[in-house]
Amino acid sequence: MSNPQQLRYSKEHEWLSTAEDGVATVGITEFAANALGDVVYAQLPAVGDTVSAGESCGELESTKSVSDLYSPVTGEVVEANQDVVDDPSLVNSAPFEGGWLFKVRVTDEPGDLLSADEYDAFSSGN
Amino acid sequence: MSTVPRHTALDATHRALGATMTDFAGWDMPLRYASERDEHNAVRTRAGLFDLSHMGEITVSGPQAVNALDYALVGNIGTIGLGRARYTMICQEDGGIVDDLIVYRLGETEYMVVANAGNAQVVLDAITERAAGFDAVVRDDRDAYALIAVQGPESPGILKSVTDADLDGLKYYAGLPGTVAGVPALIARTGYTGEDGFELFVEPRHAETLWQALTEAGKDVGLVPAGLSCRDTLRLEAGMPLYGHELTTALTPFDAGLGRVVKFEKEGDFVGRAALEAAAERAETAPPRKLVGLIAEGRRVPRAGFPVVADGKVIGEVTSGAPSPTLGRPIAMAYVDAAHAAPGTSGVGVDIRGTHEPYEVVALPFYKRQK
Repeated sequence: MSNPQQLRYSKEHEWLSTAEDGVATVGITEFAANALGDVVYAQLPAVGDTVSAGESCGELESTKSVSDLYSPVTGEVVEANQDVVDDPSLVNSAPFEGGWLFKVRVTDEPGDLLSADEYDAFSSGN
Repeated sequence: MSTVPRHTALDATHRALGATMTDFAGWDMPLRYASERDEHNAVRTRAGLFDLSHMGEITVSGPQAVNALDYALVGNIGTIGLGRARYTMICQEDGGIVDDLIVYRLGETEYMVVANAGNAQVVLDAITERAAGFDAVVRDDRDAYALIAVQGPESPGILKSVTDADLDGLKYYAGLPGTVAGVPALIARTGYTGEDGFELFVEPRHAETLWQALTEAGKDVGLVPAGLSCRDTLRLEAGMPLYGHELTTALTPFDAGLGRVVKFEKEGDFVGRAALEAAAERAETAPPRKLVGLIAEGRRVPRAGFPVVADGKVIGEVTSGAPSPTLGRPIAMAYVDAAHAAPGTSGVGVDIRGTHEPYEVVALPFYKRQK
């Protein structure tokens, strides 16, 4: 699996786009989507919510389990992906594209976000 | 129990297929190969191929094999015809369920008991102990068999193409010895998916040959390898109990709504008789919690152990829950107070991490195949 080079990654397996006008897009990685199995329910943060880096801001439910969704950065949610709420399987089929989860106006980000190569090494256990 | 997981004879095949493996009852088993939902739907509409080699086989033979089993188990083993199978249970002296079992009568005086993987040792020990006073031999055959299941509406056609055995003459819950793909097999028309299908007991050294032959025979009709994850959603839709969820040592068969498997009319004593007679009487006068089906109105998934609520009070507990691929909504089995157990009862919910999500009470099963 290939992790897009232009994104950055958290150790909680989220990806974060480079902020444009201060707004970044957040999703979970293909690695995480595969580990979850078929995602059947997504509870995303609401527009206007303040999310904090490393803290739970929603949940993703798969056939076998439920997992907290963490935000890789701190900021205000400006959009949640209604397409994913309507069809959670987008998280599996297109985790880096149509399966994005929410957009956030970034006010602060932790210093330990990973590059694509670093995340690749991290997620493959190297 | 050993901390090193055991591997089935098909382990390399699963890895070659890219399976996600999981520890299950001390075995490293395929959870899913790709999408568990696709595997589930394949079994419902076409066919799925399962490795169930973790199940525990115990052979009981000898002149008094039937008497030993009638004493050890709650079912009437004496009425199982040659070549037939029976769903039954083994209970403790206090009536608690040790395991649910399938007993195959392989010969005039030979029976094979199939126990759940996690209970195989305790069932083996109990049957061995209980058979001690009888002229019968109890043999641990867990390592003697690999078990491959082909399940789904296309399974008869697939199996027919690789065997000369008379499958049309093989009824549901029957088994006969035969040859499949050139290897000797016990062919049983049983399964745990709610579909027509077969379970094939073969020597482990033949498992790979059989798996490949079935894969080849089924490739034009959409057979796919299927893992334990979809096996769980298939059996849940079919309303079939799972040991450790719907069945435990804390429940008697009467508490589990399965009192019909207890055969008091059989001759002689059996382990648990007195306690089960009391449990049957209790169930008449003070109905225990009832096992029901719940269908979510929303999309959040109930899990085992979640409280079932009504009017802000806990009225039961979820035993199994999952999103149902066939119904398109989350479903659950749950034990609920008799007052809330009738299908259509309103105001019932499941406490999902603090939120009371509304659920419809329905009769089990959720899914019944068209015959």
